[in-house]
Amino acid sequence: MQGENTNQVSQILNLRAKTKALIRDYFLQHQVIEVDTPLLAKYSVTDPYMSQLEANNLQGKSHGFLQTSPEYSMKKLLCHGAGDIYQFDKAFRADESGEHHRTEFTMLEWYRIGWDDQQLMDEVHRIIQLCVGSIERIDISYRDAFIRYLAIDPFTIDERELAEFATKLLGELPGNMLFDNYLTLLFSTKVESQFEANKVTFVYDFPASQAALAKIVETEYGLIGKRFEAYAGGLELANGFDELTEPDTQLKRFQEENDTRRQLGYPQVEIDRQLIRAMERGLPACAGVALGFDRLLMLKWGVNDISRVLPLENLP
Amino acid sequence: MATYTTNDFRPGLKFMLDGEPVAIVENNFVRPGKGQAFAKTKVHYLLTGRMVEKTFKSGESYDVADVMETDMEYLYTDGEFWHFMDPASFEQVAADEKAVGENAKWLKEQESCMVTLFNGTPISITPPNFVVQEVVETDPGLKGDTSGSGGKPATLESGAVVRVPLFVQIGEKIKVDTRSCEYVSRA
Repeated sequence: MQGENTNQVSQILNLRAKTKALIRDYFLQHQVIEVDTPLLAKYSVTDPYMSQLEANNLQGKSHGFLQTSPEYSMKKLLCHGAGDIYQFDKAFRADESGEHHRTEFTMLEWYRIGWDDQQLMDEVHRIIQLCVGSIERIDISYRDAFIRYLAIDPFTIDERELAEFATKLLGELPGNMLFDNYLTLLFSTKVESQFEANKVTFVYDFPASQAALAKIVETEYGLIGKRFEAYAGGLELANGFDELTEPDTQLKRFQEENDTRRQLGYPQVEIDRQLIRAMERGLPACAGVALGFDRLLMLKWGVNDISRVLPLENLP
Repeated sequence: MATYTTNDFRPGLKFMLDGEPVAIVENNFVRPGKGQAFAKTKVHYLLTGRMVEKTFKSGESYDVADVMETDMEYLYTDGEFWHFMDPASFEQVAADEKAVGENAKWLKEQESCMVTLFNGTPISITPPNFVVQEVVETDPGLKGDTSGSGGKPATLESGAVVRVPLFVQIGEKIKVDTRSCEYVSRA
């Protein structure tokens, strides 16, 4: 039994090391350089729904925040002429644990200068296939996913209809939900679960209200955020943007998020002015994506529990 | 007062919702990775017995419900209340018909039963999964039939009626599953 478990640990270590080597080799060949940015930094994100971990010493003095993603740091590098960059890093998000989540997890994040979201989606698919072998890809817009799987149009439905629809499908819902909360709840519980198993589904063109750090553009059915997500079956693997580059718009979005925090009674988060200043210097047009490395390994091994690909959770 | 947040949610957790104690039956955390996270649950309203599919916003907090499950000895009924005693403290409680409900038919004096107390008052009772009781009434049926096919109704000493194989006779003790109301074996 002990031998078997030791073997299990070394299998996981090999899986992780070999997959990282494949990816590093790919980026080396494509002139994307590896960087590493601090995991502990002065600023965190304003996203009202992200639960940050602050690092205090034993006297309670703060030394900054464990990063929820390397995005801001990497963008600062991009503003200073770094070119195409990638990194493997640890990301920390409080209150996230379960079959598919850990408070600390491994992320692969990269940026491509001059690319748009469609080009980056193609590369995400290439990298997934490089690691797990040939896997079919399905592309669907956010709007079409709702139409296909739930027969509602998220761009035309009004709030009352949406609330009724969600209640009919999901039972009693919390009071004072924002419009987008209904959409993300339906998407997470009723749309993702219908994505085809053993295929990678790319969802793109999210409502502008869910743009986060993506560029917003106009279409015939409304404003959309140039954001995409990649799913393996119903499991989210990656989230990418055709990046917003305007510092003023970026600052406004951070301020709006702090306003939402105030409305919800959450603490304010100090805006990363360094990022805004760097963007004033100039963030080149680029597309960037974050891919959950542990989840990629789950796909490779066909397992549904993240603990199966984490060596220290498999000690004898 | 002690509280739980949605992060504490797990099956069996009891808390106050709209002034009523509820227990979580199923719980799934929904983390969209963007926007609000949720806990999607099935909750059991302990006073009315209603089961409801309900979604909570992640991070909301609720008061702990003063709900206690304790094994007590059934004493007697006066027609309106069923009286139980804590075998350790000898304290007695009286459960009304709403609390006892259908399960009255399994109650046998001096036998133990799980009583759920909310703020000290019984809100439901749960008989043991298996009980052994004497058959007090059943059709004599066919002696010698041991196949167990068909069966017949039999009334037990506590009043419950269960289907038993034809060979079971008045005065015999049998083991019954109280959850399914099914005969298990001769005891």
